[in-house]
Amino acid sequence: MGKKCAIIGSGNIGSDLMYKMLRSDVLDLVAVVGIDPASDGLTRAREAGLDAPHTGPDWVLENADDIDMVFDATSAYVHVRYYKRYAEAGITAIDLTPAARGPKVIPPVNLYDHLDAPNINMVTCGGQATTPMVYAIRRAIDSLPYAEMVSTVSSKSAGPGTRQNIDEFTKTTSTALREIGGAEHSKAIIVLNPAEPPILMRNTVFAGLPEGSDHTAVLDSIHEMAAEVSKYVPGYRLKNPPVVEEGPFFTPGGEVPHRAVVLLEVEGAGDYLPTYAGNLDIMTAAAMRVGEAVAHAQQEVPA
Amino acid sequence: MSTQTSTQRVDYRLIDSTLRDGSHAISHQYEPEEVIAIVRGLDAAGVQVIEIAHGDGLGGSSFNYGFSKVDEKELIARACDEAKNATIACLLLPGIGLADDLKDVRELGVGMARIATHCTEADISEQHIKTAKELGMETIGFMMMAHMNSPQGLVEQALLMQSYGADAIYIADSAGAMTTEDVRRRVNALVEALEVPVGVHAHNNLSMAVANSIAAYEEGAANLDGTSAGLGAGAGNCPTEILAAVSNKYGITTGVDALKLMDVAEEVVRPMMPRQQVIDRAGLILGYAGVYGSFLLHAQRAAERYNVSQADILMELGRRQVVGGQEDMIIDVALELAREHAEQEDK
Repeated sequence: MGKKCAIIGSGNIGSDLMYKMLRSDVLDLVAVVGIDPASDGLTRAREAGLDAPHTGPDWVLENADDIDMVFDATSAYVHVRYYKRYAEAGITAIDLTPAARGPKVIPPVNLYDHLDAPNINMVTCGGQATTPMVYAIRRAIDSLPYAEMVSTVSSKSAGPGTRQNIDEFTKTTSTALREIGGAEHSKAIIVLNPAEPPILMRNTVFAGLPEGSDHTAVLDSIHEMAAEVSKYVPGYRLKNPPVVEEGPFFTPGGEVPHRAVVLLEVEGAGDYLPTYAGNLDIMTAAAMRVGEAVAHAQQEVPA
Repeated sequence: MSTQTSTQRVDYRLIDSTLRDGSHAISHQYEPEEVIAIVRGLDAAGVQVIEIAHGDGLGGSSFNYGFSKVDEKELIARACDEAKNATIACLLLPGIGLADDLKDVRELGVGMARIATHCTEADISEQHIKTAKELGMETIGFMMMAHMNSPQGLVEQALLMQSYGADAIYIADSAGAMTTEDVRRRVNALVEALEVPVGVHAHNNLSMAVANSIAAYEEGAANLDGTSAGLGAGAGNCPTEILAAVSNKYGITTGVDALKLMDVAEEVVRPMMPRQQVIDRAGLILGYAGVYGSFLLHAQRAAERYNVSQADILMELGRRQVVGGQEDMIIDVALELAREHAEQEDK
């Protein structure tokens, strides 16, 4: 008996999440909720034997007694309008939009810190890809004065939400590098690449290493983290072995003698979206990881 | 303030980017005194607009693009204080800089914002173009790596920027990869299709920058970019002192004093330059392979660090179709080339 779940939003993310959730033993997907009965996403949901109402988030609230958990793949705007009502209805919300109303969760770093939260935010795709590495570096050294991430995604995989508010991506991601990754200062950069065929998602993490840092410990910690993330995002990998480069570098967190460079690639699982859209796959995979952990926690401690 | 210069009719407006694009060539090490000297010289020569920022635009100071020696906002404040006639402009790349940065520099006195995207991604500029317009700045949409899109493709992208409120649209030959014919076809298509003026930002990797700028003017471009002594990414920009001199030869009215610009280039800018802007093999390869010009010095450092060829790095980046902003891929390519070399030696 799994937790009864609904996905809100029948777009690309919602459909990809649907196929992942249909394989879960822990999460029992009952409905994909949309707003257009003729949409491809709702058609796919009906074909999968699911309820596919088109009355939007209100359907979830009307059926709150039969829903334990929602996965919101709509937009920050919609999530902000509804998040309190999900909580009032006793429904745990896993938020895949950038609304950031609940605590931010990056599974290999703080998955178990917020399992009782009524609302959990999944940060950004770039945040999911790079925060684990910033944390991995931070745990191997005494302090991390500055960390930076550069995310390059194929133009085809960057949706209108990202394009209309790209500052939201960089600000939210940068905050996650500090609050969850443990860096004192941070910066996030996103680049769109239109090459055909579309490129796989690339992420690079730069981290300033203070004097006296144990470089071997840093590199080992990076390898361990890559293995950890790839358990739930199979296409997550180090494109090249991580390196430590000699500076000095004059970062916003002060001068450092070295920097670590981590070159990552994320290939999507191809559940619904094409494999190049690793940026979308890592969001749905991370949301599944969180949803299943919440379900386990709720089963152990009945409310 | 001289009323003569402010009312003079000009055939095109010159935007000088020595303090922005030139920042690439000196690895973002500008000092306040240098900024003041350059602004003073350009302003006295009648340059209408002076652009200043980190080479990769506001917020570009980073591991990926190089840290600024002095905070760009401090330098921008100095430039705004020093300029008597010229408008001070800033460049911003959405994804690197923030709309909040535009608010900050507007308060410092910046009058123009140029919002730059890759030439196929104009729709990420909406938020920033609208912010700049709301702040009361003249706002230019700036499409980089324009050789990677067709004339018709550029028109579609430019129309988006125009619809967001851009006051002018630029195409930037960021890789210095365009022939004169490439420039003519693109400018012609844009001038035909747009209601707002068109501009061209040329680079000299194929030794075409001045010729391409003049061709752009002949096709109807109303704004042209350059830098003093060509200081800039790759093999450099269109040198403003040469553009002014050639314009005079053509009988094109620029409103700038070519001799004074020659003085600035020779006496102010050249003494600051760590290397002269020559078209060496690496610079030429940028234009030949169509690679973003600011990769040049980053590729040189990676080549030295990993003992591989700078030319090989640049050719591979061209093959991968990387775009502006993907400087991290230089390390990626250098590591892979080094690994290939090691494997070959093992055999």
